[in-house]
Amino acid sequence: MSRQAILLGLLLAAFALAPLVAGPYLLSVLVVVMYFAYVGQAWNIMMGFAGQLSLGHTLYVGLGAYTAAALFVHLGVPAVFGLFASVAVAALAGGVVGSLGFRFGVKGVYFALLTIAFAEFTRILFEHIPGLGGPGGLFLPVGDRSGIDLVHLRGHPLMFYYLILAMTAGIFLLCRRLVRSRLGYTWLAVREDQEAAAALGINVFRAKLAAVMLSAGLTALGGVFFAFYYNNLFPNQAFGMNRSIEIILAPIVGGLGTLFGPILGALILTPLGEGITMATEAMGFKAAGIKQLCYGLALLAIVKFLPDGVWPWARARLGLEPGDGDGEDDR
Amino acid sequence: MSAAPLLLVEGLVKNFRGLRAVDGVSFSVGAGEVVALIGPNGAGKTTVFNMIAGVFQPDGGRVELEGASLVGLRPDQVCRAGVGRTFQLVKPFGNISVEENVLIGALRWTHDVGQARRRAREVLDLLGLADKRRQMARGLTLPDRKCLEVARALATGPKLLLLDEVMAGLRPAETDRMVETFRTLNRETGLTIVLIEHVMRAVMALSQRVVVINTGKPVCEGTPDEVVRDPRVLDCYLGQETP
Repeated sequence: MSRQAILLGLLLAAFALAPLVAGPYLLSVLVVVMYFAYVGQAWNIMMGFAGQLSLGHTLYVGLGAYTAAALFVHLGVPAVFGLFASVAVAALAGGVVGSLGFRFGVKGVYFALLTIAFAEFTRILFEHIPGLGGPGGLFLPVGDRSGIDLVHLRGHPLMFYYLILAMTAGIFLLCRRLVRSRLGYTWLAVREDQEAAAALGINVFRAKLAAVMLSAGLTALGGVFFAFYYNNLFPNQAFGMNRSIEIILAPIVGGLGTLFGPILGALILTPLGEGITMATEAMGFKAAGIKQLCYGLALLAIVKFLPDGVWPWARARLGLEPGDGDGEDDR
Repeated sequence: MSAAPLLLVEGLVKNFRGLRAVDGVSFSVGAGEVVALIGPNGAGKTTVFNMIAGVFQPDGGRVELEGASLVGLRPDQVCRAGVGRTFQLVKPFGNISVEENVLIGALRWTHDVGQARRRAREVLDLLGLADKRRQMARGLTLPDRKCLEVARALATGPKLLLLDEVMAGLRPAETDRMVETFRTLNRETGLTIVLIEHVMRAVMALSQRVVVINTGKPVCEGTPDEVVRDPRVLDCYLGQETP
């Protein structure tokens, strides 16, 4: 067993046992941590592996959330079935954004702008669909919060805690498999140099499209979780630009294109935000924006001193660099 | 030589905004041959390569591999048809290991990553990069990057290998070693090679036939010994010996 596998096991055990000692507040923070680790990992497939910058990933969160929620609210479709529709809708949307962008050679920052545009006009669209609540929001009936109903995703907060833990562990293992697969190597080639990738027989268009669609579909599952955990959806939150930025911070801070990066990034950023809130309140700072200012400065410091992200640095410190001769290249 | 040559280039034309970069270049390469394409800077050699490899579409003429046209195919399709190429300005995948660079080439013909990795190690052995396989490609020296460029193209298992100035910047000893590698490959696997090269030492040692072009037009064609004595070549490229 590699040392990275041991680290993963320890993390998993810590999260699995946390409810034994943690109160409701800490658990809700950990849910947010894992949610951002999950969607960060999904976004990382597109940016970290395939090198395609999406700044509009809330498009897929929102579509996933609204699809499953609307099916549940209006047709009584259980979340377990609704999530398939969510994944399909988001993957399709990813396919549209990707094929339009890549077909017409929209690259780099221009592609990133395109992803923002799609997220923004979908937000505006959803503000004008009366059946989905418009700007007033779509609310899910809360129901019984003591039981465990995984079919309808209704129940105890602890159920949601373990659900997002399973999702985060699942997407980690999926990505771990992906980076060692043919498709994963194809993405790395495309990320590094598209012209050279094509010269090696790689269909660059198809590789990028696969990355966007898979990333979108997986992100939509995060959206389904979001909808059923918070029980309310507003277009300006579900599709909001600031949420798109929040999604990408964890993998950037943790280390782009690494497997532990999104987890580590979320573990740092969410508690950092909470900590700054508590600290500023305790010290009596009431000035508007003081929390954001401190958060921004902290981000600045991380990016300044660890430009490759925290994980590549921590990996070297912990002696977890990929060993020689094992035939695997851990990221 | 059999009925259809491995590579047929005929009457190739390419214009860049009114500049005729390539004007009626024709040559053919039989299976197992090593042919050099030489000429002064700006003669259109790389443009010819790019038209064979699918990067540029020709404005006229034919490109055929074993009788099947390559015109209209994308670079990845040309590669899958059996043409491997290197870039004059090397394009390593910098942030992944040397071995992974080559492994990606081998994934052209296999879906099995383990098999691709084994092939990558064989190719790296062959090119003398085996001890650097775990390094990040961005850390390699220029000669090693050139080697990596060749290794990656070779790993795709091409019938035809297009080498764009892979000897440029190598020391004479390194050039000789690379020449020897290509001779061995050509002899043992029947690999067909077309190379663009300014290093005449390599051209003379490696190629069986030389095609000379200048300002996009064909100048002459022949064995290396014939070509270096041809007055037209001396005039436009190699220069006259001082009497």
